[in-house]
Amino acid sequence: MAPPDQLVGVQSAAGDASEVRDYWLLLKPNVMSLVVFSAAAGLYLAPGRLHPVLAFVAILCVAVAAGAAAAINNGYDADIDRVMARTRLRPTATGRISREDALAFGVTLAIISTMVMGLAVNWVAASLLVVTIAFYVFVYTLWLKRRTPQNIVIGGAAGAFPPMVGWAAVTGHVSLASFVLFLIIFIWTPPHFWALALYRCGDYARVGVPMLPVVAGPETTRRHIVGYVLALLPVSLLPWALGFAGDLYGLAALGLGGGFLGQAIRLCRDRTQRTATRTFRYSIVYLFGLFFALVADKALGFAPIAGAGAAW
Amino acid sequence: MIAARMDRRQRNKNLAIALILGALALLFYLITIVKLTGSGS
Repeated sequence: MAPPDQLVGVQSAAGDASEVRDYWLLLKPNVMSLVVFSAAAGLYLAPGRLHPVLAFVAILCVAVAAGAAAAINNGYDADIDRVMARTRLRPTATGRISREDALAFGVTLAIISTMVMGLAVNWVAASLLVVTIAFYVFVYTLWLKRRTPQNIVIGGAAGAFPPMVGWAAVTGHVSLASFVLFLIIFIWTPPHFWALALYRCGDYARVGVPMLPVVAGPETTRRHIVGYVLALLPVSLLPWALGFAGDLYGLAALGLGGGFLGQAIRLCRDRTQRTATRTFRYSIVYLFGLFFALVADKALGFAPIAGAGAAW
Repeated sequence: MIAARMDRRQRNKNLAIALILGALALLFYLITIVKLTGSGS
């Protein structure tokens, strides 16, 4: 058996590791992966070329900025996270990290990420990064989340900016093509989040967050999901219609969109939690698939010459 | 015991800040080289 002082050392090391893990969890790494992927896609799809080191720095800045916004959100929402089953184990909800520490950590990361983006890449991308963080923190978290069922519709814009940031990192401007990428994620966010809210409805009701299923009921929410998925279909075809993606993408968008619509209609008929969970999971696969198709389309040479890449 | 734990936490925080500053310095060093060689936009 190890002597007591060695045991204390082992316990302290384990404590240090768990503290690092807590700070990592504060950044919501799951959400960050989708943000990084969409930003990288925007960076790759943009006309022009960025040095690999600068491209890496740009993606790193987007990842850190997304983490910063998540940390601030965790700090602010600790009171309701504590009550909700889905979030009750978050470091700020359990008290392993104090609200003040989470907020300070988030603000510091936000400043560092935007400054590095501006100095290393360009200030248009840095400005868009500031808008992204500010939108998530001030518009979604502080203003809309606890006030209106439209919280996720308007607040969802925050998650739609990353491909635009990636695009601006290469070109230094915002174009119609990058706006279309923004629009796809913007329209995708409500059905994605409402599918989650359908099976976490009790959680949101308990803490008084007016998510659509809480305020309008599950039937209306299901109809809204179908409506948004229907709207998403033509929007997802815009890159092909406007000529900055080729037939490969067009077919993928049709297939993935058809699958999403089928899943949404199934959700209206089969009102089980299992179908809501499946719809939520499919929505993630859908967005990954759509952006992967855009990248593959360009990599394989299906994309026509980008006419929509011109600056606005 | 508590004081020792607080000391340890503070030392870890200092170490983390030092590591981050070191990483940032390295990053800016790399960025400067890329920009100076003219291959960065």
